[in-house]
Amino acid sequence: MIFAFFGGIYNNHIAFKTAIADARQRGAERIFCLGDLGAFGPHPNRTCELIRAHEIEVVQGNYDHSIGHALNDCQCGYTDPRDNHFAQLSYDYTLANTSDEHRAWLRSLPTEIRFEVDGLRILLCHGSPRRTNEFLWESATSTQFLNKLCDDFACDLILGTHTGLHWQRSWGTFPTCPDSTGTLETCPTMNRHFINVGVLGRPENDGTTNVWYTMLRTGHDAGAGRSPLPCEVEFIPLAYDHDQLVREMTVEHLPNEFIETILTGWWTTCLEILPAKERRRGRW
Amino acid sequence: MQASSLQLNRLAVTLRPNSAIKTESTVASWKLALRKGENTMTLPIVELGSLDELWFQVAGTRCNLTCAHCFISCSPHNDSFGFLSFNEVERRLLESIKWGVKEFYFTGGEPFLNPDLVPILERTLDFGPATVLTNGTVLKPEWLERLRAAEQGSLYSLEFRVSIDGPTPELNDPIRGPRTFERALRGVEMLVQRGFLPIITMTRVWDDTDDDAVLGQFREVLRQHGYVRARLKVLPRLQLGAEANRTCGYSAADRVTAEMLVGYNTSQLVCQHSRVVTDRGIAVCPILIDSHEAILGQTLAEANHAFAITHGACATCYQFGAICTNPSATAEGGTRYRA
Repeated sequence: MIFAFFGGIYNNHIAFKTAIADARQRGAERIFCLGDLGAFGPHPNRTCELIRAHEIEVVQGNYDHSIGHALNDCQCGYTDPRDNHFAQLSYDYTLANTSDEHRAWLRSLPTEIRFEVDGLRILLCHGSPRRTNEFLWESATSTQFLNKLCDDFACDLILGTHTGLHWQRSWGTFPTCPDSTGTLETCPTMNRHFINVGVLGRPENDGTTNVWYTMLRTGHDAGAGRSPLPCEVEFIPLAYDHDQLVREMTVEHLPNEFIETILTGWWTTCLEILPAKERRRGRW
Repeated sequence: MQASSLQLNRLAVTLRPNSAIKTESTVASWKLALRKGENTMTLPIVELGSLDELWFQVAGTRCNLTCAHCFISCSPHNDSFGFLSFNEVERRLLESIKWGVKEFYFTGGEPFLNPDLVPILERTLDFGPATVLTNGTVLKPEWLERLRAAEQGSLYSLEFRVSIDGPTPELNDPIRGPRTFERALRGVEMLVQRGFLPIITMTRVWDDTDDDAVLGQFREVLRQHGYVRARLKVLPRLQLGAEANRTCGYSAADRVTAEMLVGYNTSQLVCQHSRVVTDRGIAVCPILIDSHEAILGQTLAEANHAFAITHGACATCYQFGAICTNPSATAEGGTRYRA
């Protein structure tokens, strides 16, 4: 089976439209979005219209919960006053420009989606299975913690987004693991997996303008014999008309700091929440 | 008034009284409260929700400095808690696997006084992310070079939290000791030169309303020392230990009540998601280790039970939330839900 997973869209309806076509062209049979449709970019209704028109299955993100219920903030979980200042600007804009009908739809979204395919118990969430706005950073999340999530939520594969950075890890579990080194990542049987699918909303703080989504192939589509895992993960860098996005953001008077990120690929806000390794990769 | 059997059963269920020495004393005090007619429902009880952070009191209470605000009164001569050995830390790391600990923190005292610290951090990075809380005054280049290599070879971040209490020697040195500002900044320079991005951690010894000015000045000072994208973390004062003598201790009014926990998200409290390995056993949180009720048992399993947050410092934790963990591990800025 072939799946496509989109992370936070952040109102970037242009990248989103491009991604739908790209995923279908790559053979995606089912497309999911893991939440946070709003933030950062222009015209929130356009993203909602696209996602509903294409019948993409959606997990509710913290942003969707906030917009749906007209809360005071996005529940993004930032700790720094400057980060919160900019988060509030984009939240106020998105709330003011999302229709009541779309807000009702956002309220109705599930906070997780589960299904089984090709022997894998798959759980889709926004941040983590236990908390929608939990940040699971690659360098600040132990494998044993991910393993316990799989135990607690009875699944083999967890997919999330929320941090804005894609990553993937596979490991083995008890009783064959841990091995003599005491870790779970060096086991002969890698039967559990976590995937952060990235985001379509903005670049990944790497100096390039493309955004990312994830293709997942299971069973026969995983290319038996080529992969030691029961699934095959491919992160897709997606080029889109970011100049058009910038034109729309400018007309909507969205902050120059956001526009700079779209144009340069470097994050200018939401930086203080990053762990050391992720922060070091960026420019600011 | 006699305690009802329902209340006593509730105590037995909640406290698992055979699990730890200090639990027995807590049970005894609660039974006393019941005999006196007090309602234990009024105790602010916090269960360990999930063991996300495991702390190591790796240098005990030994420190090369004697800070005037230290909440556990660490000094060169305070041996209340001793060093943890490499073997002891490794044993606890292995014990932590089944608990799904997400991150590991190392504190003291001054962790770098422990001669095993560098190999301890290297080994920890096999298991998960590590953060070390240091005063930055005793760092050696060869240690940092080894640790940089260890971090580069690991999946995980190694975070340094360097304590400096303000952007000037005039603010910092009266608290932390003569020339400590200059020495700690030298430590920051050494870290930055090796590619680390230390989190400068300061206790708010100034007025709340001066935060913006103080932090702005601090960023500029750090920039002048080569740290151009400084990460800053402000901690509230904890009116314990030396700080209770410097200013004042907690008053009887500084207490969390059961009513205050109604509708409150307890995942903001350190004791809801942390425990501390000390050479005397497992403590409830890094702040209360000096309190007689803080040691909950000798194993992580024994320390997995409820704690009554009746200390004055619990009120500070309640007010500010998640004060001990790194910004990347918290969600202070937003409302938590689906806890």
